[in-house]
Amino acid sequence: MKKILSVLLASTFAVGMLAGCGGEKKDAAKSDVIKIGVFEPLTGDNAAGGELELRGIKLANKLHPEVLGKKVELVIADNKSDKAEAASVAARLIEKDKVKVIIGTYGSSLAMAAGNIVKENKIPAIGTSCTNPQVTANNDYYFRACFIDPFQGTVMANYAYKNGARKVAIIQEVSNDYAVGLAKFFKEAFVKLTGSPDSVIEVANYQTGDKDFSAILTNIKAKNPDAVFAPGNFTESALLIKQARQLGLNVPFLGGDTWETQEFIDVGGKDVEGASLSTAFDREKATTEEAKKFLDAYVKEYKGEPSALTALAYDAYLIAIDGIKRAGTTTDSVKIRDAIAQTKDLETVTGKTTLDKNGDAIKAAIIKTVKDGKFKYLDFVDVK
Amino acid sequence: MEFFQAIFNMSAASFAQHMVNGISLGSLYAMIAIGYTMVYGILLMINFAHGDIVMMACYFAFFGITVFQIPWYLTFVGVIIATALLGVVIERTAYRPLRDAPKNSVLISAIGASFLLENLANYLFSGRPLRFPNIELLSQNIAIAGVQVQAISLVIPVVTMLCLVVLLHIVNHTKIGMSMRAVSKDYEIARVMGINIDNVISITFAIGSILAAIGAIMWGIRYPGITPLLGVMPGLKCFIAAVIGGIGNIKGAVLGGFILGLGEILIVAFFPQLSGYRDAFAFIVLIIILFYKPTGLLGEKTTEKV
Repeated sequence: MKKILSVLLASTFAVGMLAGCGGEKKDAAKSDVIKIGVFEPLTGDNAAGGELELRGIKLANKLHPEVLGKKVELVIADNKSDKAEAASVAARLIEKDKVKVIIGTYGSSLAMAAGNIVKENKIPAIGTSCTNPQVTANNDYYFRACFIDPFQGTVMANYAYKNGARKVAIIQEVSNDYAVGLAKFFKEAFVKLTGSPDSVIEVANYQTGDKDFSAILTNIKAKNPDAVFAPGNFTESALLIKQARQLGLNVPFLGGDTWETQEFIDVGGKDVEGASLSTAFDREKATTEEAKKFLDAYVKEYKGEPSALTALAYDAYLIAIDGIKRAGTTTDSVKIRDAIAQTKDLETVTGKTTLDKNGDAIKAAIIKTVKDGKFKYLDFVDVK
Repeated sequence: MEFFQAIFNMSAASFAQHMVNGISLGSLYAMIAIGYTMVYGILLMINFAHGDIVMMACYFAFFGITVFQIPWYLTFVGVIIATALLGVVIERTAYRPLRDAPKNSVLISAIGASFLLENLANYLFSGRPLRFPNIELLSQNIAIAGVQVQAISLVIPVVTMLCLVVLLHIVNHTKIGMSMRAVSKDYEIARVMGINIDNVISITFAIGSILAAIGAIMWGIRYPGITPLLGVMPGLKCFIAAVIGGIGNIKGAVLGGFILGLGEILIVAFFPQLSGYRDAFAFIVLIIILFYKPTGLLGEKTTEKV
């Protein structure tokens, strides 16, 4: 029995290796294509997000099919929303498919799983919507098209300050890394803007799933803040704002991009009117030429409203193409990396994109507010 | 030190506001805690599905008012009836077949019923939160001497106290109450004495579920987001409230609910920096009380039957 098994296994390996060789031979041949790997979760828990991003990448490829006279070939790989799978899929893209650049992925943990592989193989990767700071930290080969969690905190602090807030309270969902990150950077930025550590009058915590916020809100009301920054999950945030209004705390509430869901408005009703949040993309305020092209193409191809995810994935592709163009090579991935790292004022769908020294996009954030039961464009904040 | 500072810094209006918040939350806990305590008193089992019955009642109300556009007062009657039926059905299918099985089996069955309800709700209504219907009359704000009170916050304690009085009357002064007490003392003997214990237990579940439905309606108006896991945390807290008060004792459950609700609010009021540890408070109180009084505050000492 054991013998049969080992023979079977051995022959499977042999066939696999042969197949691998066959693939490589074809790739080695001089070709007039450059391969870009698309690294997205197309099945599993994150499939919905991966699918929206794949749309953006495909659209971008359709509108920008060539670079340096070579055709761009997308090699689409499914990381199955699974960290272990993500690592091996990234390795396969690099070793077997010989891609020069990787685009993706939705989900920070999936991007982090591929982090070391792209770094060791010196293949640049451009994240789409993976917002955790750890994705690009200590990794010269990972970049991203989106802004990071802490950036949103800074943006909202600037927005609050600009609109006259001098005393704010922070209410954070303490069991959520995202919310804590936003709150921390909001506080730092706001204290810097006002020049007074007392300008953040209170930092209150709640747990994911909490329903009653009356105690923290009563405390905060007694201190008369000008605004409240309350990043967190949309259900809790909607209840929080409702209870604030009931207690007569009628100051503006600010939050992050997690609020941008229909449920936030459904649960919050008229009480969340005027709540503002930061996000990456707004259809009505698509300011760049590229954004107009993107919107036209999107409507033709898929109909309906493009999501911020689709726009960011489209941008990731643009960053890759721009890097290759400036590197002047389609084969030397290290040179391409260096060029991508220099990305500056690139016209993308979500505004002008510049990458900072960590490889994170610095771009103007869009502030939206709830008006008449809809998210409406409100303002634009540039952080230098 | 810090405690006194906090008190001195707090204005009278803020303190009154905190008290109103606390009493309202405590009454809600009390309402749901009664359901736990009643079932325990009779069957000596913890009905883990109780929190999920609360959740289902919220969905019933949503469908009645938002989907079928039935006036809210009629819907509430319907919700109470439907929830009572749900409680009885759960008892028949999940607990009655195990009547003579070891207590542990019933406990596991209760956990199963809880998971079933949660996943059923997730499947039927999806995990995305829905909004509990807004009832202007009850959700409106009233300002009394600088204290903002939602109408429902005034209604909740009144309804809870009313329910308590009615319930105590039923248990202590009616025939069915007498049967309940008999079954809770020893259901083997009660059965021998000619009490139809299946009926008594069904009625107990119906009453517990009616209280859960009333609690759910008030909960929904006060905290209007409905999700399939809505009942988990309140379920746990109210179970703790029931244990603190002495499980099996109805007045104890109400007392435990108030201690927990007021305590949770006041700890944040006096120690704002502890706001993230609110849930821990419930468990700490539980441990301390059980340490000094293992039967709970109003619990009776019973000798374990062998």
